[in-house]
Amino acid sequence: MQTDRVERGTLAGRIFAVVAVVLFAALVAMPWWGDAGNMRLVAEMAYYLALALLWNLLAGYAGLVSVGQQAYVGLGGYALFYLTGALDVNVYVALLIAGPFAGLLSIPVSVAVFRLRGAYFAVGTWVVSEVFALGASLIPVLGGGSGLSLTPDIMREIAPDRAGRDMILYLMSLAIAVIVFAIVYLLLRSKHGLALTAIRDSEPASASLGVNTFRTKFIIYTVTAACTGLVGGLIFLQKLRISPDAGFSINDWTVVVIFMVVIGGIGTIEGPFIGMLVFIVLRELLADYGAYYLILMGAIAIVVMLKAPSGIWGWVSHRFNIELFPVGRRLALAPTEDGGKK
Amino acid sequence: MTLLQTQNLSAFYGDFQALFDINVTVDEGETVAIIGANGAGKTTFLRAVAGALETAPDMVMFEGQSIGHHTAHDIVRLGIAMAPEGRRLFPSLSVEENLLLGGYSKRPGPWNLKRVYDLFPRLRELRHLPATDLSGGQQQMTTVGRALMSNPRLLLCDELSLGLAPVVIRDIYDCLGTITADGTTVVLVEQDINRALDASARFYCFQEGRLALTAPTKGFDRAAISAAYFGI
Amino acid sequence: MEWLNTFVQGSLLGGIYALFAIGLSLSFGIMRLVNIAHGDLIVLSAYVAMVVGQGTGLDPISCLVVVVPVMFALGYALQRGLLNQTLTGGLLPPLLVTFGISIIIQNGLLEGFGAYTRRLQQGAVETASLQFPGGISIGVYPLLVFGVALVALGSLQLLFYRTGLGRAFRAVSDDADTAELMGVDNRKLYAVALGIAMIFTAIAGVLFAIRTNFDPSAGPIRLILAFEAVIIGGLGSMWGTLIGGMMLGIAQAVGAALSPTWQILAGHIAFLIILIVRPSGLFPRTRD
Repeated sequence: MQTDRVERGTLAGRIFAVVAVVLFAALVAMPWWGDAGNMRLVAEMAYYLALALLWNLLAGYAGLVSVGQQAYVGLGGYALFYLTGALDVNVYVALLIAGPFAGLLSIPVSVAVFRLRGAYFAVGTWVVSEVFALGASLIPVLGGGSGLSLTPDIMREIAPDRAGRDMILYLMSLAIAVIVFAIVYLLLRSKHGLALTAIRDSEPASASLGVNTFRTKFIIYTVTAACTGLVGGLIFLQKLRISPDAGFSINDWTVVVIFMVVIGGIGTIEGPFIGMLVFIVLRELLADYGAYYLILMGAIAIVVMLKAPSGIWGWVSHRFNIELFPVGRRLALAPTEDGGKK
Repeated sequence: MTLLQTQNLSAFYGDFQALFDINVTVDEGETVAIIGANGAGKTTFLRAVAGALETAPDMVMFEGQSIGHHTAHDIVRLGIAMAPEGRRLFPSLSVEENLLLGGYSKRPGPWNLKRVYDLFPRLRELRHLPATDLSGGQQQMTTVGRALMSNPRLLLCDELSLGLAPVVIRDIYDCLGTITADGTTVVLVEQDINRALDASARFYCFQEGRLALTAPTKGFDRAAISAAYFGI
Repeated sequence: MEWLNTFVQGSLLGGIYALFAIGLSLSFGIMRLVNIAHGDLIVLSAYVAMVVGQGTGLDPISCLVVVVPVMFALGYALQRGLLNQTLTGGLLPPLLVTFGISIIIQNGLLEGFGAYTRRLQQGAVETASLQFPGGISIGVYPLLVFGVALVALGSLQLLFYRTGLGRAFRAVSDDADTAELMGVDNRKLYAVALGIAMIFTAIAGVLFAIRTNFDPSAGPIRLILAFEAVIIGGLGSMWGTLIGGMMLGIAQAVGAALSPTWQILAGHIAFLIILIVRPSGLFPRTRD
């Protein structure tokens, strides 16, 4: 007799996986068929996607709505610049250190901010980011208010010529997006992911069932900080300059990321993809209208939050019952003796 | 004259159905008791009537008007007041302030602070204390007084006797007599069956969200109620 | 006497910080809503005053006659039309909707007025000062602002403890569900609450804009300062917010005395220390 099983995949998910692989292969091959401008745009989409996936993990799954993730973007960037510039570390090694460095600093930060809840936690993380930004502007070896630049020597460590550098930085962006996605996906499929969903649904209930809510949230916060730091290092590696305003800019690294996740679908793994695409399309379309695209995104985010809180993907997924990246678990009921389902 | 009438009243908490087709009628001036075990739906019923739970418009009729879709505060204005389960006094407010809050809707009528203090003299001495500093019985009096301040035509009392000593319960029910003598209609939810039946003319017995039994209380065999109460 | 001077200046700074914090405190206390757009609404008030001043030729403080009703109406409409819908959805909707409003205000101001820094001119009172023995010099303007903060807090005290409206506010803050059962129209009350919060936000906006340069992006730091004053003082305590504002001001003044660029950072650090050492603040009162 068949028993009830726990299933992971869906048909839509399997079809999508095939399509995704083909698309991805095309993107990887872009240095051979695309131009520098398009590659820069795709690289930007890749790192925004990574930031969105991470913020979604933090806020949508762990319930930690942080408005201060830009702190780790800046920390990663500054770590990269300081290590390569003042300490002469190889650029790749520095990039590998930037992430864990941000993750390490997130530990004392969590001691302070975890005392706050909800919206107060949000503003608290914002204050912490401001502290880092102000700190960076006051430390002379970090270039003070005007920041630091990457020297040509450092850039040559990546590749001797411009085209080679563009290709390597582009591929690194894709790689980091894939790595971040893999980390987030695997985390959500693991028992930590199940714990997160439980915590998100009801923290007291999950605590009473034995889920160590503090430790789960702490791990998610530090892992997210480290990954955000890595992405930050990569972002500023491509920008060649970092300053306190740019490195810790809430507008560049948090506002747009939050909008992406909210509009795409917070708490879903597909959401950040859609949100990132919506953002890029809107920005390119409204490029001539200055700050209006931000006003429009703000208005869209408000409407989404009030009318369709699960975002575009949440609505689609609910309506058509699809899940592309199977992180949930479904109970497949075994057929009963008389042929029907239980 | 029929004051309150529910017609196939069904109520839900999300997907969970708490009430199934409840038909209750209360005539003006009556005192009606609703009894039943824990979870039978008695409080849900009162909350549906009071407007705290949304229902279809025609499911609750008051003075011939559909009120099922009205908000709770509108329903107070129409003349229904509640003394909620567990008292639910406002901790930041004094006894007197709690009573005054009861009069927020400014409905005209005989009840005012002086009259409430005449009914519950002990409260006059304690009126400036934080409401939650009072004993259980005094808090219950405050809760009833607060409901009376809105000059209701229909008073809903949810578990007046909860957590109180028998002598205190007796005092409160004595006061209830004074309230109904004026013609105020009362719906009484109680777990203490004897108290409920002694104070009412008719009763309804709920069981797991459904109406199990209804009858006049006078002369009714109390033993027969157990069957309806426990659903056996 | 340098340190006494620093202490006095810092304490007076607490006046404007307390005024910043009142609006935030009111909406949290009554609606449990943390308004991320709060700082931007302070800045918006300053721009409204600027426009009214340009149109009528009035000085900024006189413009309050127009700015206050305008901001009251805006707060009422915002709560009634938009924010009331966010109150039942959990943590995310109020946070993200007010965040969206913040971005819209900032960018709207940017598009409307440009990125130029502005200042409102009130005249001689800005720089006048009183001399006290011991070399203490106290600016008339900071003293005036501190006085306004005292009056504001005093009037709120009266509102909450001596009026029917204040009674309703306290009841709703305790138990919104039961308040509704007593006949209180919660939705309308919340709108009035935000309207009242905006009265103080408008006053704070005009007063700060006379002393400090502002531009469309000046909102967030005001939110943070208000927030820090509330947390240091303790959630739910009006007078605690004044003390919190004064402690923040003193920390900033100490930082500024060491080096002018350290002022804001010193405030942040004091806030973080309080957060780690005494998270419920100095005079906590709100039950969550």
